[in-house]
Amino acid sequence: MTTTTIDPRAAAAEAVAAAPVFHLEEEHAHAEGGSTMLGFWIYLMSDCLIFAMLFAAYGVLGGNYAAGPAPKDLFELPLVAVNTTMLLLSSITYGFAMLAMQKGRVGQVQFWLAVTGLFGLCFVGIELHEFSGMIHEGATPMRSAFLSSFFTLVGTHGLHVSVGLLWLVTLMIQVAGRGLIEANRRRLMCLSMFWHFLDVIWIGVFTFVYLLGMLR
Amino acid sequence: MQSSIAKFIFGRLTLDSLPFDVPILVVTFIVVALGAIAVLGVITYFRLWGYLWREWFTSVDHKRIGVMYMVLGIIMLLRGFADAVMMRSQQAIAFNGSEGYLPPHHYDQVFTAHGVIMIFFVAMPLVTGLMNFVVPLQIGARDVSFPFLNNFSFWMTVAGAIIVMISLFVGEFARTGWLAYPPLSETAYSPDVGVDYYIWGLQVAGIGTLLSGVNLICTIIKMRAPGMTLMKMPVFTWTALCTNVLIVAAFPVLTAVLALLALDRYVGTNFFTNDFGGNPMMYVNLIWIWGHPEVYILILPVFGIFSEVTSTFSGKKLFGYTSMVYATVVITILSYLVWLHHFFTMGSGASVNSFFGITTMVISIPTGAKMFNWLFTMYRGRIRFELPMMWTVAFMLTFVIGGMSGVLLAVPPADFVLHNSLFLVAHFHNVIIGGVLFGLFAGISFWFPKAFGFRLDPFWGKASFWFWVVGFYFAFMPLYALGLMGVTRRLRVFDDPSLQVWFLVAAFGAFLIALGILCFLIQIGVSILRRDQLRDLTGDPWHGRTLEWSTSSPPPAYNFAFTPVIHDSDAWWDMKERGYVRPLAGFKPIHMPKNTGTGMILGGLSIAFAFGMIWYMWWMAAFGFLGMLAVAIGHTFDYHRDFDIPADEVSRVEAERTRTLAAGA
Repeated sequence: MTTTTIDPRAAAAEAVAAAPVFHLEEEHAHAEGGSTMLGFWIYLMSDCLIFAMLFAAYGVLGGNYAAGPAPKDLFELPLVAVNTTMLLLSSITYGFAMLAMQKGRVGQVQFWLAVTGLFGLCFVGIELHEFSGMIHEGATPMRSAFLSSFFTLVGTHGLHVSVGLLWLVTLMIQVAGRGLIEANRRRLMCLSMFWHFLDVIWIGVFTFVYLLGMLR
Repeated sequence: MQSSIAKFIFGRLTLDSLPFDVPILVVTFIVVALGAIAVLGVITYFRLWGYLWREWFTSVDHKRIGVMYMVLGIIMLLRGFADAVMMRSQQAIAFNGSEGYLPPHHYDQVFTAHGVIMIFFVAMPLVTGLMNFVVPLQIGARDVSFPFLNNFSFWMTVAGAIIVMISLFVGEFARTGWLAYPPLSETAYSPDVGVDYYIWGLQVAGIGTLLSGVNLICTIIKMRAPGMTLMKMPVFTWTALCTNVLIVAAFPVLTAVLALLALDRYVGTNFFTNDFGGNPMMYVNLIWIWGHPEVYILILPVFGIFSEVTSTFSGKKLFGYTSMVYATVVITILSYLVWLHHFFTMGSGASVNSFFGITTMVISIPTGAKMFNWLFTMYRGRIRFELPMMWTVAFMLTFVIGGMSGVLLAVPPADFVLHNSLFLVAHFHNVIIGGVLFGLFAGISFWFPKAFGFRLDPFWGKASFWFWVVGFYFAFMPLYALGLMGVTRRLRVFDDPSLQVWFLVAAFGAFLIALGILCFLIQIGVSILRRDQLRDLTGDPWHGRTLEWSTSSPPPAYNFAFTPVIHDSDAWWDMKERGYVRPLAGFKPIHMPKNTGTGMILGGLSIAFAFGMIWYMWWMAAFGFLGMLAVAIGHTFDYHRDFDIPADEVSRVEAERTRTLAAGA
């Protein structure tokens, strides 16, 4: 009375053991740029760490006025509010550009990229205006450790936005030249992550530097 | 008028900046210049420029880039070791009223340059080089995720090394110690160019290191061959993954803190100054938040090398693979929680010091687990004492001593006594030489046949091994004793004549190590001459276990004609056990990246930028910076960066391999 039961999984394992596959016959070449998004994410996180260090420096030194001006004497919240609006709007319009990209509409992509660039330019312009006002009042980066860390943190963010603008112009030229080919879509996605990342950093700057600064 | 034009063109660089008055430097310069002329002459005579440019400098092949990293590391080892010999001989003779032969101004540069060069331009390139060469082969990939970025990273590292080397002959290097603590490194106390060389050399090289970290993480995450789950990765790849995570999570901190120091020096901000609210201890905290992970960046891949070597030369699967992986991950995490043990004496209070003391001691647990795993791998194994295995055994004996002196230093009250003493110097040389360097030599002799197709000569390798190991004990055991007697580090002259004998023994040790380095160089030369006898025809000279040994030595440009499929963590061993037959037909064209000179151009421009910044030659800095921007943006307009290796070419290379294998059988 012997019954032979066949376990399909064991059979499959046996087949593998009998004729193991040690290489792929067909080449499925790694899709070009398959790691780009991951790589760019990791780069962004490393950039985030630089900002973390600058926030930490501001956290340690932000109260060291060295008998110089304090946040209350310097910050103009309405101006900062306008500036924040500029940056947030630029993120929304970048989002519109990405939606247009999904639909493959080159003209719309270019239009929204241009609008994003204008908002970004306004942001940088207002920031420079704010900086120059403070410097004219004698609140230079050299005046105190508080001002050193303030200018460095906010300035590094502004520098990133400026680099983003340069990148944006480059991409607009490339999209104009070659359209929304795969490589260009990938690049637009990277800049999109970069741009939104700068938005997130700015929320931190706005909260910890400007709003908390007024409460100090 | 004339002087203002000269000032515009040359910044603060004058003829006085060239050290004509220091005979040691003049002689060094002449020797280096003659050597350089000889090398350039040989290259020109044999018409190798085109070959080097096409096949190496512009190469995006991870194997070539890995080899170039190794060459950089070995060249810089000679420079870093020359500094070590100078310090050892100075300290051996500066007794009984003798001032020695190095004035303070020069001696302080020597110990700073020694530390900076050995960590950033010897250990880092050698570790990165091995990871670059081995990891894609071990995971069955054809290249890294971003081949151009890899080439760029390499040239940025070279550029950093060149910037530091320029300081030897133009101006001076930092006199601050290898971490350039403020306020000493601030303009008030170091007004000249030394610290600026330090800052820009490290910033430029740091970009390269960071990008290579991103690159290798992506490679390991995204490009593993089918079947290779994370827990089937070779241990070296695991340690490489953890190391690159550490790089990405630590180097931005270094970038940020050096940028703040640069702002203090160039703009006049007050981050780390004594006045206007600055805080020098913040620098010390921040730089060690990078600095402690950095030592694990160096040691983790080396643990991976020892794991590969131990299991290969014991003929056994690695004991406790899973615990090895977890130990590596735990060390990765813990390495971020211990930075304060570098300055217990800051005075942050008993609770803080206890926390960091305990986390530091905890690291010895996963490290001890690794040690036992290696021992159990050897236990009842069929051990072959080839050179890599000899280095591994020497490591296990030496590193345990260094590890235990580290646990001792982790006790805050003991550290208060031993802080900044030669005991500390002995400890970190014990773990860096006995760990990192021994491991790198094990790795070099292990993978050299894979890279070049012939083994390294064992006789000269063993001579080098014995000189190194014995030399290490002679050079550093006396420093433990001196440290316990209270001798502090970085001293130039000594008052107590009874100490001299210890320094003489240490100098003798340095002399033995010099012989070890010499034997290593002879070993390479002899091996090249005897390459036909040492030839590795099989591609698997050690009866290896992981995928890199399944290809020819050296591997073809595309690494694998067919993408391998993995069933076991020791994939190649598994293939050999189960009668793997090498495919001989059905080759397809292979998609590969094209070479590019952009990385080298960007590296050159970064040197111009850094040199301009260091000497206040603003036009040159602007030229370098704008040049880099333009070249980088220009590069993105090149959309045709790939090509196909035709199937015919693949079959030709594979047929050659078939003939070689037949000849070897």
